[in-house]
Amino acid sequence: MAKLKFALVSPEASVFEGEVDHVICPGSEGEFGVLPGHAPFMSTLKTGVLRVLDGAGERRFSIEGGFADVSAAGLTILAERAAPLA
Amino acid sequence: MPSLKSLRTRITSVKSTRKITKAMQLVASAKLKRAREAAEAARPYAKRIAAVVANLAANVTGDDAPALLRGTGADKVRLYVVASAERGLCGGFAANISKLARQRIGADLAAGKTVKIITIGKKAREQMRKAYGERVIDHIDLAGAKKVGFDFAKAAANKITDLFAASGFDQCVLIYSEFKNVISQVPTALQIVPATAPQGVEPTDLAGAIYRYEPTEAAILEALLPRYMASQIFQALLENDAGEQGARMTAMDNATKNAGELVNKLTLQMNRTRQAMITRELIEIISGADAV
Repeated sequence: MAKLKFALVSPEASVFEGEVDHVICPGSEGEFGVLPGHAPFMSTLKTGVLRVLDGAGERRFSIEGGFADVSAAGLTILAERAAPLA
Repeated sequence: MPSLKSLRTRITSVKSTRKITKAMQLVASAKLKRAREAAEAARPYAKRIAAVVANLAANVTGDDAPALLRGTGADKVRLYVVASAERGLCGGFAANISKLARQRIGADLAAGKTVKIITIGKKAREQMRKAYGERVIDHIDLAGAKKVGFDFAKAAANKITDLFAASGFDQCVLIYSEFKNVISQVPTALQIVPATAPQGVEPTDLAGAIYRYEPTEAAILEALLPRYMASQIFQALLENDAGEQGARMTAMDNATKNAGELVNKLTLQMNRTRQAMITRELIEIISGADAV
């Protein structure tokens, strides 16, 4: 199965970069999930938890404000603050 | 001719100055390394946000465009954001930035424009206050910070957008120093309001697909622009930080070399004086013996 290229960057550093299966974002108009091959899409995000699913594993990041940009090149999230949750 | 004692004291003092400048050079080079790493780490965000802005700005035009992108259509009041060093002893670094600022501001004043200034960093405030007094309307202090955080840039961007929303100015120019390499920093002026489309960024090729926006294109751009501005300012601050450390390193390297030369010169002079004294004493003894 195709993988989704995903990058989570904050102004001070790149927090996560890699290929994953599924990302669930806290969009400002409601939560949405991004799978590989998603149509071009852009949304503002609200403060919340970002879930990254890859295989059986799940990673969580807390993010504060920002944007999600989905294009053919993958999903890019520009967050004002981002940190991995344990 | 100075006495032996005073020469000895001077040599000791120059030697300890040399130790201090040497230490400062080492500290600056360590900090420079860290500053460059920070600048490196911030690059992906800046690049991506610029790409997103370029994408959106190409699609949103005319009256739909947010004021930050469109500008007010006038250029009567210009806001200068002057970012400079927090501390001195870094050669001409701060002086070069304020020179460029004074050129630009002087030209604007001569053209009858109103100028407002926001300063970032202590040196910028000192120099701009001295030159322009009450035109300096605000200041952001970098003091006490271990490293340049995004919060400073955000604070600056918030002040700028607030002032813009209150119709405080028409255009905004950011003045900082671009970090070319350790020995060369180039003072640069960058227009941030109305926002300039980032250069060298190609809009993403969607191959015919159409973007969907949530909430709307214009609303996203509206929220994005202040962040883009903060990112630009953040980049400028990081460049400044690296440039300041680089300039300090070079300045301290020169100071160390000069101190070394001075020590050599003084040591030579001291030895000559000492020898001259011994010779004179010998002559006195011999001529004294002759007289007896």
